[in-house]
Amino acid sequence: MSTPVENAADPLLVIDNIYKRFGTDADATVAVDHMSFGVKPGEFVSVIGPSGCGKSTLFNIIGGLLGDYDGEVRVGKERIDGPHPAIGMVFQEESTFPWRNVIDNVAFPLELRGVPKSERQDRAHHFIDMVGLANFEKRFPSQLSGGMKQRVSIARTLVSEPRILLMDEPFAALDEQTRLLLGDKILQIQQQLNQTTLLITHNLTEAVQLSDRIVVMTYRPGRLKRIVNIDLPRPRTSEVVGSDAFGHYVAEIWNDLREEASRGMVDAEASISRRSAARG
Amino acid sequence: MAERVHLRRLAGTSWFPVAVGIATLVAVGALVEVLLLAGVMNRYMLPLPSDVLGAFRRVIMEENILSRTGDTAFEVLTAGFLVIVFGVPLGVLFHRFRILRMALEDWVAALAAAPIVLAFPLFLVLFGRGPKTVIIIAFVYGIPPILLKTLEGLSSTRGVLINVGRSLNMTPTQMFWKIMFPSAIPSIFTGIRLSWTFCLVTVVGVEFLVNLGGLGQLINDLAERYDLPGTYAGIAFVILLSVAFFIVLERIETWLQPER
Repeated sequence: MSTPVENAADPLLVIDNIYKRFGTDADATVAVDHMSFGVKPGEFVSVIGPSGCGKSTLFNIIGGLLGDYDGEVRVGKERIDGPHPAIGMVFQEESTFPWRNVIDNVAFPLELRGVPKSERQDRAHHFIDMVGLANFEKRFPSQLSGGMKQRVSIARTLVSEPRILLMDEPFAALDEQTRLLLGDKILQIQQQLNQTTLLITHNLTEAVQLSDRIVVMTYRPGRLKRIVNIDLPRPRTSEVVGSDAFGHYVAEIWNDLREEASRGMVDAEASISRRSAARG
Repeated sequence: MAERVHLRRLAGTSWFPVAVGIATLVAVGALVEVLLLAGVMNRYMLPLPSDVLGAFRRVIMEENILSRTGDTAFEVLTAGFLVIVFGVPLGVLFHRFRILRMALEDWVAALAAAPIVLAFPLFLVLFGRGPKTVIIIAFVYGIPPILLKTLEGLSSTRGVLINVGRSLNMTPTQMFWKIMFPSAIPSIFTGIRLSWTFCLVTVVGVEFLVNLGGLGQLINDLAERYDLPGTYAGIAFVILLSVAFFIVLERIETWLQPER
């Protein structure tokens, strides 16, 4: 099955007919099944789907960390084959360097590029300020909360000024209130920088709160189920969560997701039963 | 309830646990003293703790203990330095070359448990009856912990940190020096602490065994003179020295890694 590339006006990021499977022929699992969509400049797109639908595989493919797939990922007209400087990645797991303080963590990508110290400190300072950690520059990650560490990771990615910000459930480990507040911060940054962003998530409210469009995936194999345009006003804050329109979008997308999530749950239970039976 | 809260608060202070440790030692010493005086324990096997305390002054004043401590310290520090110089790069090589790891990791682990000290006559023949032999035997004992902990530290670098490096298009050299090695440093420090402790124990042990050099020889001399309080005072001195040594190593580790 092939879904044509969506009719976006000059998408900056193009996911074109991506197909990825793991395992051998006899025992292969298709993780991503001919996914296609585009992300326009300045747009915030979320990919949502139940656990195990291949979202993280897609994230790794787009970020260039996973090879051996069919289809193409393009930045503008350029086909990418491996990590690309235009794409900055923020990972689900906490990924700050514990041996570096906040400013050195954030300045790390500039250090790799040989940017002089004073310049990289200035630029790091700017992005630390942007994520709201201005007074914590000399702190080490062990002295920060989970939400603060993720903001450090986001600042470290932004400091390279990537054309596309690619995030994989960056707030998955945080509580709901922190998640909403950090969502506000992301919205603010995205609007300030007009940052093209692709967010991989399984959190429905987060996706609706942040996105211009939401790509809904099916459960295994991960296919594109549909794309929902989120027509909520911008600039947006977490206050939007209380609006009727927000509730309408959440309900609409949940209708799509419920069936997929149920399949995922049944599949997971069957897998546990099989393992128990095999153990005798 | 209030007492429990008070105790918990005391346990949180830096001096209280130390005071409890010292009080426990004093209590055990007093108990042993009573048991010896009552004849429950044999005074020909174990001297009175009060006699041991009394012998401290004599051992320190009359047995040239400063110079002997210097000899032992020189051997321990030389072996410790060599252990770092060879152990860390060997750990890196084991991590870099899987075949090396698969072929030798178990042997290195076995080396840590092997009673190599029993082969001291061979070392004496090879390296002569001098500090060199003591240092080499200590080196052999010190190598496995640091090598294995370096390997463990490098192997347990979190995957997500590697992925951050890959996403930034880092070269393998950058990946090693900027991510893997700093990530392994806490484990390497643990290896250094273990290795240096092994070196200290081995140096004193070999000095005792071959009656050569520093504090080990002192304990041997005192034992051969049947000076039981002096022997135990010598042993206690070595224990105190190792405790101080361990504390210094911990302080250095904290100082070098303020973020931990």
